[in-house]
Amino acid sequence: MTAESLKWFWYASPQTFFPLAGRIARVCAALAAILTLAGLYVGFFVAPTDAQQGEAYRIIFIHVPAAWMSMFIYVVMACWAALGLALNTRLSFMMTRALAPTGALFTFIALWTGSLWGRPTWGTYWVWGDTRLMTELILLFLYFGVMALQAAIDERRRSDRAGAVLAIVGVVNIPIIYYSVQWWNTLHQGASVSFTRAPSMAATMFTGMILMAAAFWMYSIAVALTRVRCEIVESE
Amino acid sequence: MLEVLRTIVRRDLLLALRRRSDVATALLFFIIVASLFPLGIGAEPNQLRAIAPGVIWVAALLSSMLSLGRLFAGDYADGTLEQIMLGAAPLGVVVAAKAFAHWLVSGLPLVLIAPLIALQYDVAPPLYGVLALSLLLGTPVLSIIGGIGAALTLGLRGGGVLLSLLVLPLYVPVLVLGAGSVDVAAAGLASDGQLLLLAALLVIAAAFAPWATAAALRISLE
Repeated sequence: MTAESLKWFWYASPQTFFPLAGRIARVCAALAAILTLAGLYVGFFVAPTDAQQGEAYRIIFIHVPAAWMSMFIYVVMACWAALGLALNTRLSFMMTRALAPTGALFTFIALWTGSLWGRPTWGTYWVWGDTRLMTELILLFLYFGVMALQAAIDERRRSDRAGAVLAIVGVVNIPIIYYSVQWWNTLHQGASVSFTRAPSMAATMFTGMILMAAAFWMYSIAVALTRVRCEIVESE
Repeated sequence: MLEVLRTIVRRDLLLALRRRSDVATALLFFIIVASLFPLGIGAEPNQLRAIAPGVIWVAALLSSMLSLGRLFAGDYADGTLEQIMLGAAPLGVVVAAKAFAHWLVSGLPLVLIAPLIALQYDVAPPLYGVLALSLLLGTPVLSIIGGIGAALTLGLRGGGVLLSLLVLPLYVPVLVLGAGSVDVAAAGLASDGQLLLLAALLVIAAAFAPWATAAALRISLE
């Protein structure tokens, strides 16, 4: 072990991570509040009315960032699970536990706002034939499965590791959700924002969405770290 | 390695043969579920013809899932599983062999009886082949993927309900492709695409899932 690698693992110990997590969580919570206010202001008052969908499109400022987070949090959760299985660190499993409820919440919000948005634009709350809706629903079940498995096992070590294996198996679903609108051309519209081309929407709409996405990021970090602190207090 | 496969499959089949009622129960469950739908939905022939592939596939899914609990439970209870894990044979291969034996006992009978159910639903005879082929390709995937859930919930209280929550979401692609292949064929189109994707799923699941199951078994037994 060199000094470098020792430093790398310094915060892997729950005891040293506890105060750091508290500081980061406070900063992120404050940022989340500010960014949410800014994002909602831009979304509701600055962004123009959509030519085709009217005012109804404004739910995009919640829907799209929530859908991003629902997928991204699952990947992060699975990464922590893999790290935990590979390096056998308690903190990694605690992160897995802490992220699952937030991910499930965002998945639910994405589905909920999506169906509210679908009513005025598609004329229906729910379409069984749409692949993206289906895969997002499966993602919600995967989150529930991981949480249920963790909750069902009393023995801490087995609970952590079993949940981690299930989380990693479920990662298969993420690329399917992400590419579903390209692979199957059904009702759900294509991606609104892409890294490879200019955004296909007004600049202010884009700003509002990015602000809301940043706010959701900050919220997720704050909540997950707070939950990790609870886990540490509970188990140490 | 082949020796391991053969021994485990032979042993599990022998055990299933000695307890024939278990096999019959899963098959009867499949038939009963498939017979309940016309009673609940109504006997309108066109409607029944339309829902037949989906009903048969969902019944197959549930029946396969219900028998998953037996995949490792018996060996876990009498200590055989620990002996197998202490042995020299790679656990992934053992798990694959057990999943194959499970499919022979719980999946293959469904494939064989499905055309009979399709007959009850008045499905057009040319579709029997597609239905049986889709089940032949799809039900092994159910046994292989289900192994992960069975291993994770081994020895847990209320494991059966939890198992369904873990495994059913992972079954969805098989269900969509399997029932979809018959629907496409019923519409008069070629269902090769769906069947090839099912075959691809089978290959991928057979290559990777046994190792996840082995990891889960190690976690459950440590």
